[in-house]
Amino acid sequence: MTKTIVALFSGALFGLGLAVSGMMDPRKVIGFLDVAGDWDPTLAFVMGGALLVTLPAFRLILRRPRPIFADGFALPTKNALDRRLIGGAALFGVGWGLSGFCPGPAVAALATGLTPVLAFVASMLAGMAVYAWFFDLPRPQGAVGFRERLLGRPVER
Amino acid sequence: MDGFTLISGLLGGMMIGVAATLMLLLNGRISGISGIVGGLVSPGARKGGEAAPRVAFVAGLVLGPLGYAAAVGGLPVGIEASLPVLVIAGLLVGFGTRLGSGCTSGHGVCGIARLSPRSIVATAVFMGVAALTVFVSRHLV
Repeated sequence: MTKTIVALFSGALFGLGLAVSGMMDPRKVIGFLDVAGDWDPTLAFVMGGALLVTLPAFRLILRRPRPIFADGFALPTKNALDRRLIGGAALFGVGWGLSGFCPGPAVAALATGLTPVLAFVASMLAGMAVYAWFFDLPRPQGAVGFRERLLGRPVER
Repeated sequence: MDGFTLISGLLGGMMIGVAATLMLLLNGRISGISGIVGGLVSPGARKGGEAAPRVAFVAGLVLGPLGYAAAVGGLPVGIEASLPVLVIAGLLVGFGTRLGSGCTSGHGVCGIARLSPRSIVATAVFMGVAALTVFVSRHLV
Protein backbone atom coordinates (compact mmCIF):
# COMPACT_ATOMS: atom_id res chain seq x y z
CA MET A 1 0.00 0.00 0.00
CA THR A 2 2.78 2.42 0.95
CA LYS A 3 4.62 1.62 -2.29
CA THR A 4 1.42 2.31 -4.24
CA ILE A 5 1.01 5.74 -2.61
CA VAL A 6 4.67 6.56 -3.31
CA ALA A 7 4.19 5.51 -6.95
CA LEU A 8 1.04 7.64 -7.30
CA PHE A 9 2.79 10.70 -5.85
CA SER A 10 5.98 10.18 -7.89
CA GLY A 11 3.95 9.60 -11.04
CA ALA A 12 2.01 12.82 -10.46
CA LEU A 13 5.20 14.81 -9.84
CA PHE A 14 6.79 13.24 -12.94
CA GLY A 15 3.71 14.16 -15.01
CA LEU A 16 3.66 17.69 -13.59
CA GLY A 17 7.34 18.02 -14.51
CA LEU A 18 6.56 16.92 -18.07
CA ALA A 19 3.77 19.50 -18.29
CA VAL A 20 5.85 22.35 -16.79
CA SER A 21 8.83 21.55 -19.03
CA GLY A 22 6.72 21.65 -22.20
CA MET A 23 7.83 18.13 -23.16
CA MET A 24 4.24 16.90 -23.54
CA ASP A 25 4.10 18.99 -26.70
CA PRO A 26 5.50 16.97 -29.64
CA ARG A 27 6.26 20.26 -31.44
CA LYS A 28 8.81 21.13 -28.72
CA VAL A 29 10.38 17.66 -28.92
CA ILE A 30 10.61 17.72 -32.71
CA GLY A 31 11.97 21.28 -32.41
CA PHE A 32 14.87 19.80 -30.43
CA LEU A 33 15.40 16.84 -32.75
CA ASP A 34 15.32 19.11 -35.84
CA VAL A 35 18.96 20.16 -35.66
CA ALA A 36 18.89 21.45 -39.25
CA GLY A 37 15.82 23.63 -38.61
CA ASP A 38 14.97 26.33 -36.06
CA TRP A 39 16.63 24.39 -33.20
CA ASP A 40 14.90 24.47 -29.81
CA PRO A 41 17.29 23.42 -27.02
CA THR A 42 14.57 23.03 -24.33
CA LEU A 43 14.76 19.21 -24.22
CA ALA A 44 18.45 19.38 -23.32
CA PHE A 45 17.58 21.67 -20.40
CA VAL A 46 14.86 19.24 -19.25
CA MET A 47 17.24 16.26 -19.30
CA GLY A 48 19.94 18.42 -17.75
CA GLY A 49 17.59 19.52 -14.97
CA ALA A 50 16.59 15.93 -14.24
CA LEU A 51 20.21 14.72 -14.25
CA LEU A 52 21.22 17.62 -12.01
CA VAL A 53 19.04 15.92 -9.39
CA THR A 54 19.41 12.22 -10.23
CA LEU A 55 23.20 12.09 -10.79
CA PRO A 56 24.13 13.04 -7.22
CA ALA A 57 20.95 11.62 -5.61
CA PHE A 58 21.24 8.13 -7.18
CA ARG A 59 24.89 7.95 -6.15
CA LEU A 60 23.97 8.64 -2.52
CA ILE A 61 20.88 6.42 -2.50
CA LEU A 62 22.65 3.40 -4.00
CA ARG A 63 25.14 3.47 -1.12
CA ARG A 64 22.27 2.44 1.17
CA PRO A 65 21.81 -1.27 1.84
CA ARG A 66 18.16 -1.06 0.79
CA PRO A 67 15.40 1.42 -0.11
CA ILE A 68 13.06 2.66 2.62
CA PHE A 69 9.86 0.76 1.76
CA ALA A 70 11.19 -2.27 -0.16
CA ASP A 71 13.51 -5.17 0.63
CA GLY A 72 16.01 -4.33 -2.08
CA PHE A 73 16.77 -2.19 -5.12
CA ALA A 74 15.30 -3.53 -8.37
CA LEU A 75 18.03 -2.44 -10.80
CA PRO A 76 18.71 -3.56 -14.37
CA THR A 77 21.17 -6.46 -14.39
CA LYS A 78 22.15 -6.62 -18.06
CA ASN A 79 25.42 -5.03 -19.07
CA ALA A 80 26.05 -6.23 -22.63
CA LEU A 81 25.88 -3.73 -25.48
CA ASP A 82 23.99 -6.22 -27.66
CA ARG A 83 21.93 -6.13 -30.84
CA ARG A 84 18.66 -5.98 -28.92
CA LEU A 85 19.71 -2.82 -27.08
CA ILE A 86 20.95 -1.05 -30.20
CA GLY A 87 18.15 -2.33 -32.46
CA GLY A 88 15.44 -1.49 -29.92
CA ALA A 89 16.84 2.00 -29.35
CA ALA A 90 16.99 2.55 -33.12
CA LEU A 91 13.36 1.44 -33.67
CA PHE A 92 12.30 3.66 -30.79
CA GLY A 93 14.23 6.55 -32.33
CA VAL A 94 12.36 6.23 -35.63
CA GLY A 95 8.98 6.24 -33.83
CA TRP A 96 10.03 9.13 -31.61
CA GLY A 97 11.20 11.19 -34.58
CA LEU A 98 8.03 10.48 -36.60
CA SER A 99 5.64 11.44 -33.80
CA GLY A 100 7.51 13.56 -31.26
CA PHE A 101 6.16 11.25 -28.56
CA CYS A 102 8.14 9.01 -26.23
CA PRO A 103 6.29 6.85 -23.67
CA GLY A 104 6.16 9.27 -20.69
CA PRO A 105 4.83 12.36 -22.47
CA ALA A 106 2.44 10.21 -24.54
CA VAL A 107 0.84 8.67 -21.44
CA ALA A 108 0.82 12.09 -19.71
CA ALA A 109 -0.86 13.62 -22.79
CA LEU A 110 -3.82 11.27 -22.27
CA ALA A 111 -4.87 14.09 -19.91
CA THR A 112 -5.85 16.09 -23.01
CA GLY A 113 -8.28 13.38 -24.16
CA LEU A 114 -7.23 14.06 -27.77
CA THR A 115 -7.99 11.25 -30.23
CA PRO A 116 -4.48 11.22 -31.82
CA VAL A 117 -2.96 10.75 -28.35
CA LEU A 118 -5.33 7.85 -27.65
CA ALA A 119 -4.39 6.30 -31.00
CA PHE A 120 -0.66 6.66 -30.32
CA VAL A 121 -0.89 5.19 -26.81
CA ALA A 122 -3.12 2.29 -27.94
CA SER A 123 -0.64 1.55 -30.71
CA MET A 124 2.30 1.79 -28.30
CA LEU A 125 0.62 -0.68 -25.93
CA ALA A 126 0.06 -3.01 -28.88
CA GLY A 127 3.78 -2.76 -29.76
CA MET A 128 4.69 -3.59 -26.16
CA ALA A 129 2.25 -6.52 -26.15
CA VAL A 130 3.80 -7.86 -29.36
CA TYR A 131 7.21 -7.69 -27.69
CA ALA A 132 5.86 -9.48 -24.60
CA TRP A 133 4.30 -12.15 -26.78
CA PHE A 134 7.60 -12.87 -28.50
CA PHE A 135 10.06 -12.46 -25.66
CA ASP A 136 8.37 -12.53 -22.24
CA LEU A 137 6.03 -15.53 -22.48
CA PRO A 138 7.42 -18.74 -21.01
CA ARG A 139 8.88 -20.89 -23.78
CA PRO A 140 7.00 -24.07 -24.66
CA GLN A 141 8.84 -27.25 -23.65
CA GLY A 142 11.90 -27.74 -25.84
CA ALA A 143 11.08 -24.79 -28.09
CA VAL A 144 13.79 -22.32 -28.97
CA GLY A 145 13.31 -20.58 -32.27
CA PHE A 146 11.09 -17.99 -33.86
CA ARG A 147 8.79 -20.53 -35.54
CA GLU A 148 8.22 -22.38 -32.29
CA ARG A 149 7.44 -19.10 -30.58
CA LEU A 150 5.04 -18.22 -33.36
CA LEU A 151 3.26 -21.61 -33.32
CA GLY A 152 3.49 -22.13 -29.56
CA ARG A 153 4.67 -25.73 -30.04
CA PRO A 154 7.86 -27.53 -31.05
CA VAL A 155 8.50 -27.81 -34.78
CA GLU A 156 9.64 -31.02 -36.51
CA ARG A 157 13.01 -30.59 -38.22
CA MET B 1 11.21 29.55 -28.07
CA ASP B 2 12.50 32.12 -25.58
CA GLY B 3 14.46 32.25 -22.34
CA PHE B 4 11.39 31.42 -20.30
CA THR B 5 10.88 28.00 -21.91
CA LEU B 6 14.49 27.13 -21.01
CA ILE B 7 13.87 28.02 -17.36
CA SER B 8 10.56 26.13 -17.25
CA GLY B 9 12.34 23.26 -19.00
CA LEU B 10 15.03 23.20 -16.34
CA LEU B 11 12.43 23.46 -13.56
CA GLY B 12 10.22 20.72 -15.04
CA GLY B 13 13.30 18.56 -15.56
CA MET B 14 14.23 18.95 -11.90
CA MET B 15 10.71 17.89 -10.89
CA ILE B 16 11.14 14.77 -13.04
CA GLY B 17 14.49 14.18 -11.33
CA VAL B 18 12.94 14.50 -7.85
CA ALA B 19 10.15 12.08 -8.83
CA ALA B 20 12.71 9.51 -10.05
CA THR B 21 14.75 10.05 -6.87
CA LEU B 22 11.72 9.38 -4.65
CA MET B 23 10.93 6.17 -6.55
CA LEU B 24 14.47 4.90 -6.06
CA LEU B 25 14.89 6.01 -2.43
CA LEU B 26 11.48 4.83 -1.22
CA ASN B 27 10.48 1.95 -3.52
CA GLY B 28 13.88 0.93 -4.85
CA ARG B 29 12.62 1.24 -8.41
CA ILE B 30 13.85 2.87 -11.62
CA SER B 31 11.33 5.33 -13.10
CA GLY B 32 11.31 3.98 -16.61
CA ILE B 33 7.95 4.67 -18.19
CA SER B 34 8.27 2.03 -20.92
CA GLY B 35 9.16 -0.58 -18.28
CA ILE B 36 6.33 0.46 -15.94
CA VAL B 37 3.72 0.54 -18.73
CA GLY B 38 5.17 -2.47 -20.53
CA GLY B 39 4.93 -4.54 -17.36
CA LEU B 40 1.17 -3.96 -17.42
CA VAL B 41 0.78 -5.58 -20.85
CA SER B 42 3.31 -8.38 -20.30
CA PRO B 43 1.88 -11.43 -18.53
CA GLY B 44 5.30 -13.14 -18.47
CA ALA B 45 7.19 -10.23 -16.90
CA ARG B 46 4.75 -9.62 -14.07
CA LYS B 47 6.26 -10.43 -10.71
CA GLY B 48 4.02 -10.95 -7.68
CA GLY B 49 2.27 -7.92 -6.23
CA GLU B 50 3.86 -5.32 -8.50
CA ALA B 51 0.80 -4.37 -10.52
CA ALA B 52 -0.69 -1.85 -8.04
CA PRO B 53 2.33 0.53 -7.89
CA ARG B 54 2.61 0.38 -11.70
CA VAL B 55 -1.04 1.33 -12.14
CA ALA B 56 -0.69 4.05 -9.48
CA PHE B 57 2.38 5.57 -11.20
CA VAL B 58 0.59 5.63 -14.56
CA ALA B 59 -2.51 7.18 -12.94
CA GLY B 60 -0.30 9.85 -11.35
CA LEU B 61 1.37 10.51 -14.70
CA VAL B 62 -2.05 11.51 -16.11
CA LEU B 63 -3.33 13.22 -12.95
CA GLY B 64 -0.28 15.53 -12.66
CA PRO B 65 -0.84 17.18 -16.06
CA LEU B 66 -4.62 17.27 -15.39
CA GLY B 67 -3.92 19.31 -12.25
CA TYR B 68 -1.53 21.53 -14.20
CA ALA B 69 -4.16 22.08 -16.92
CA ALA B 70 -6.76 22.99 -14.29
CA ALA B 71 -4.34 25.48 -12.71
CA VAL B 72 -3.07 27.23 -15.85
CA GLY B 73 -6.07 26.64 -18.12
CA GLY B 74 -4.92 24.15 -20.73
CA LEU B 75 -2.12 21.91 -21.92
CA PRO B 76 -0.17 22.82 -25.04
CA VAL B 77 -0.09 19.57 -27.02
CA GLY B 78 0.20 20.13 -30.74
CA ILE B 79 0.27 17.01 -32.87
CA GLU B 80 1.36 17.48 -36.46
CA ALA B 81 1.72 13.81 -37.47
CA SER B 82 -1.22 12.18 -39.28
CA LEU B 83 -3.16 9.34 -37.70
CA PRO B 84 -1.54 6.55 -39.77
CA VAL B 85 1.93 7.92 -38.96
CA LEU B 86 1.02 8.07 -35.26
CA VAL B 87 -0.12 4.44 -35.32
CA ILE B 88 3.11 3.27 -36.98
CA ALA B 89 5.20 5.45 -34.64
CA GLY B 90 3.32 4.06 -31.61
CA LEU B 91 4.09 0.48 -32.64
CA LEU B 92 7.78 1.32 -33.14
CA VAL B 93 8.00 3.18 -29.82
CA GLY B 94 6.23 0.37 -27.93
CA PHE B 95 8.17 -2.52 -29.46
CA GLY B 96 11.49 -0.65 -29.64
CA THR B 97 11.52 0.58 -26.05
CA ARG B 98 10.81 -2.94 -24.77
CA LEU B 99 13.41 -4.54 -27.04
CA GLY B 100 15.95 -1.89 -26.06
CA SER B 101 15.00 -2.12 -22.35
CA GLY B 102 14.07 1.51 -21.91
CA CYS B 103 13.16 4.96 -23.17
CA THR B 104 13.96 8.59 -22.46
CA SER B 105 13.19 8.22 -18.76
CA GLY B 106 14.66 4.79 -17.97
CA HIS B 107 17.82 5.15 -20.08
CA GLY B 108 17.99 8.93 -20.51
CA VAL B 109 17.32 10.09 -16.96
CA CYS B 110 17.80 7.11 -14.63
CA GLY B 111 20.36 5.02 -16.54
CA ILE B 112 22.68 7.92 -17.29
CA ALA B 113 22.43 8.91 -13.61
CA ARG B 114 23.74 5.42 -12.74
CA LEU B 115 26.45 5.90 -15.41
CA SER B 116 25.23 2.70 -17.08
CA PRO B 117 27.13 2.11 -20.36
CA ARG B 118 24.01 0.44 -21.85
CA SER B 119 21.90 3.50 -21.08
CA ILE B 120 24.47 5.95 -22.40
CA VAL B 121 24.74 4.01 -25.67
CA ALA B 122 20.94 3.53 -25.96
CA THR B 123 20.33 7.26 -25.38
CA ALA B 124 22.90 8.21 -28.01
CA VAL B 125 21.34 5.76 -30.49
CA PHE B 126 17.68 6.77 -30.02
CA MET B 127 18.51 10.49 -30.04
CA GLY B 128 20.69 10.14 -33.12
CA VAL B 129 18.15 8.02 -35.00
CA ALA B 130 15.28 10.34 -33.97
CA ALA B 131 17.20 13.40 -35.19
CA LEU B 132 17.97 11.60 -38.45
CA THR B 133 14.28 10.63 -38.81
CA VAL B 134 13.21 14.25 -38.31
CA PHE B 135 15.84 15.42 -40.79
CA VAL B 136 14.64 12.96 -43.45
CA SER B 137 10.92 13.59 -42.86
CA ARG B 138 11.22 17.39 -42.64
CA HIS B 139 13.99 18.31 -45.04
CA LEU B 140 14.27 15.49 -47.56
CA VAL B 141 10.78 14.03 -48.10
